[in-house]
Amino acid sequence: MSVIVYIESEENKIKKASLEAVSYAKKISESLKKDLIAVSFNLTDFSILKNYGVDKLYNISDDKLKVFEVNIYSNNLSNLFNELEPEIIVITSSANSRYLGPILASKIDAAYMSNVASLPISYSPFSVKRSCFTNKAFNETSTKKSTVVLSLSSNSYGLHENKSNLILEEIKGIDSNSALKVDSLEKLTNKVTIADADIVVSGGRGLKGPENWHLIEDLAKVLGAATACSKPVSDMGWRPHSEHVGQTGKPVASNLYIAVGISGAIQHLAGVNSSKVKVVINNDPEAPFFRSADYGIVGDAFEVLPKLIEGLKAIK
Amino acid sequence: MNILVCISNVPDTTSKINFKNNDSEFDSNGVQYIINPNDEFGLTRAIWFQEKNNAEVTVLTVGDQTCEPILRKCLAIGANKAIRIDAVPKDGFFVASQISEICKINKYDLIICGRESIDYNGAMVGGILSNMINCPYVANCIGLSIDNKKATLEREIDGGKEVLSCELPVIIGSQKGLVEETDLIIPNMRGIMQARQKTLEVLPANSIKNLTDTNKFFKPQPKKEVKLVDSEDVNELINLLQNEAKVL
Repeated sequence: MSVIVYIESEENKIKKASLEAVSYAKKISESLKKDLIAVSFNLTDFSILKNYGVDKLYNISDDKLKVFEVNIYSNNLSNLFNELEPEIIVITSSANSRYLGPILASKIDAAYMSNVASLPISYSPFSVKRSCFTNKAFNETSTKKSTVVLSLSSNSYGLHENKSNLILEEIKGIDSNSALKVDSLEKLTNKVTIADADIVVSGGRGLKGPENWHLIEDLAKVLGAATACSKPVSDMGWRPHSEHVGQTGKPVASNLYIAVGISGAIQHLAGVNSSKVKVVINNDPEAPFFRSADYGIVGDAFEVLPKLIEGLKAIK
Repeated sequence: MNILVCISNVPDTTSKINFKNNDSEFDSNGVQYIINPNDEFGLTRAIWFQEKNNAEVTVLTVGDQTCEPILRKCLAIGANKAIRIDAVPKDGFFVASQISEICKINKYDLIICGRESIDYNGAMVGGILSNMINCPYVANCIGLSIDNKKATLEREIDGGKEVLSCELPVIIGSQKGLVEETDLIIPNMRGIMQARQKTLEVLPANSIKNLTDTNKFFKPQPKKEVKLVDSEDVNELINLLQNEAKVL
C-alpha cells in the first residue's frame, strides 16, 4: 500500500505541475505515514525530486516510450501499480494526464477524480473538494474504492520543498501495443503555453482587430507570459482556437491573469476564475469584469498598454 | 456507418449556479438546459458524416424524463434516433457503464462523447468507456477525417497538436475546433416537425454501482472589491502587482 505520484517530463525536464503534484502527494503520504513513490518515463535527471520529498522513484526506461501514447503508457503504469498496490495516485491536470487518468483508473479498477482542489477532507471514506460547473462552484466528492486516481488542478496547492533521500529503481518497459498510432506532433517551441504559464495576458474585442495584437504579445513577452483571447476573438478568427479561454475553451489557473479589452461575460469569467490575481484594463467602467477582478484600470488599451510595457521593461 | 453521440443535459452557460437542500443538490429553479456544448460540437460533426457518407446518427443520454427536450433538439438538428437510459447519472463511471452496455448490443463505428460536461466537469466518460469496450479513444479531439475504415484524428495538446490514426471503431472526446462555432446547426421548423416522428427509445438502466458520490456543493468565496488604478499612473499598478499581490 502506498502513495504514488506520476511525473511528467518534456525533453528530460520535469514539468512544474509535476513538482506541484509531488508536493501535494508528499503531504498525503506524511499524513498516512507512508513513503512517497514516484513513477516517470525515460528520465535521466531526477535530482530535483529530492527537494520535494520523493522517497523512491521507479523510472521506466525504454526507447518505445519516447513519445506519449495513452494505451502504452497506461499499460506500463497499471502493470507496475498491480505490484505496488497504491491507494492514492496523483497526476497533474495537463492535457496528457487528463487523457491518461480515466483510462488508467479503469485499468486498475480505481475511482477517478478530476479537478481536485484540496487535500483530502477525510480518508475514510476518501473525500476531496473538486471544482465543478466550470469553476463556478466546488463539490465534495467521496469514494469507497480502495484505490483512487486524482488529477490535481494546476496552481491549487503550490510548490512546497521537502528534502528526502531518493532511492532510484530503473525498470524496463513491458511489451505493449496500441490500436492508436501517433503519426506526428506539432508543438510551438519557445512559446509559453497557457497550461504551464504563471502569467497569462489575454485580449478581447476591445483591441479592435488582429493587427493590434502586437500589444498583447509585447506585454506577454516582457512578463514571460502566455497569450490568450476571449471567445468572440477566436470565433472571428483573429486568434487561433487554442488561445480561447473560458467555459468552452481552455481553463486558466495562472498566478496572474491580465484581461485587456474583455468585458467579462459569465462564460469567460468561469474559465479564468481559478487564476489567483486578475487585472482588468477596459475603457468601459461598467464592464462586468471589474466586479470579479483584483486590480483594474479604466482606460484606453492603446494608451495604457505601451506605458505598462515600458514600465515593466524598466523593472525587469 | 453508425455513429453514437453521447449527450449531457447541462445548465445553460449563462446560468447562475445555486444549490438547495443544505447545499446537497443543484437548484434547477429558473435554469434553462442545453446540449452540453462539447457534445454539440461532436453532434455537428456527426451530422456532417450523415450528409456526406449517409451515416446513421444515434444520440444517447443517461438521465430522467427531464432530459427529453434536449434529445428532441438533437433529433431536430438531424440525428436519426435517440435513446434515453432511464437513470439519474450518479458519476462518470456509472454513465460509461450504461453506454458500454448499449455498445455491446449495437455496433458503432464512431462513438462521440464531449471532452467534458460543463456541470460536473468529470472528463472521464470517454476514457473509461474506451477501457470497458476495448476501443481506442482520442481526447480533446479537434480534427477527424474518415477514409474507408481508417480514421485520422487530431488531439489538442498543451501548446500544440498531435495527429493520430487508427482503424474504426474509435471513441472521441469532442470539443470546439472539431467544428467551428458557425457550423452549429440551429433547428428549423421542418427539423422540429420531423423530430416529433423520430424514435426516442427509453431503456431501463443496468444495475451498476457508482464509484464516487457527490455529497456537498460550495460556492466560491465572495471576491473583494476591485482596486482601481488611474490610467495615468500605470506604474502604481506595477507597484501593486509587485509588492502587494507579489505576482511579478
